[in-house]
Amino acid sequence: MAMDAVDRRIVNALQDGLPVCERPFLAVAAALDLDEGELIARLDALLADGTLSRFGPLFDAEKLGGAFTLAAMQVPAAEFDRVAAQVNALPAVAHNYARDHALNMWFVLGTESRAGIAAAIARIERETGIPVLAFPKEREYFVALKLSA
Amino acid sequence: MNAKCRPERECRSAQHEGTSASPPGRPRGECRSAQHEGTSPSTGVDVEDLDRVLVRELQAGLPRVPRPYHAVAAALGVAPELVLQRVQAMLDSGAIRRIAAVPNHYRIGWVANGMSVWDVDDDAVDALGEEVGALDSVSHCYRRPRRLPVWRYNLFAMVHGRDRAEVEAKVAGIARVLGPHARAHEILYSTRILKKTGLRFGPAD
Repeated sequence: MAMDAVDRRIVNALQDGLPVCERPFLAVAAALDLDEGELIARLDALLADGTLSRFGPLFDAEKLGGAFTLAAMQVPAAEFDRVAAQVNALPAVAHNYARDHALNMWFVLGTESRAGIAAAIARIERETGIPVLAFPKEREYFVALKLSA
Repeated sequence: MNAKCRPERECRSAQHEGTSASPPGRPRGECRSAQHEGTSPSTGVDVEDLDRVLVRELQAGLPRVPRPYHAVAAALGVAPELVLQRVQAMLDSGAIRRIAAVPNHYRIGWVANGMSVWDVDDDAVDALGEEVGALDSVSHCYRRPRRLPVWRYNLFAMVHGRDRAEVEAKVAGIARVLGPHARAHEILYSTRILKKTGLRFGPAD
């Protein structure tokens, strides 16, 4: 489904974040000169058709006492879909991308503890038979970007 | 965007919509005036327990109803004011980065998604990483460990474009910042999103 101009304004505005208050959609709708009900209906549609992949609080796992890491695997082409299904089945896998490199599967693991990361990696290696390379963040450099729709 | 909440934060008393039952030890509804830490004597609600429950409740998303925090409060059997207060506290502490929509890059036209990876001198990487992160074209920038001999790169900078030429132009901009401190680099383009649910804490890790 094609986005119209109103959808684009909604996608752009909602990347900035909602204020925390009793009626946050009303606050955003007012800033966009929209009706609260229309904003919610369009948001539902944008999520349903996959234009938006998520909507809600974006948590920092480390500040919650949890842990996360980027990880990668070199998966033979013939086994790619099977391995993707095995990796994706773990709730600890937040996202997973195919990339055009010898290391062709890159995913992010988020768990409630450091030990959870090690356990998730061990489980993926056991179930898939493929070694996992972990790339935990050692330092994060500040960025500010949003993608205009 | 300048979305502002209307000043309706004053205390509302016990008629919280849809709140049917409160779990033991979590009475609901009294007015609380100030932010408090630890266990509130007036409610018996331990904020660490509540935050944990809130994270679990909210990680699937914010309810898309006019009063989303009231809906969450009703589901948990606590006062809406307490939910609002704890969500704001988690935003203030950085535990919640923001409450926002995450677009599917591909679907909004950003079809070229390149993870640029760089082998940068260890003694220069942090100063340069800050400069790379400050570029408008870079959406995430991290230092990560090398995995020699298979992986020599220690600086990761994510770049998006409407096509690969745009990504390559942005990567050239990063190369100018890094100069001779970058010994090698590659761009790993994503070819498929295999999963994108965001962080879910679950028991079956």
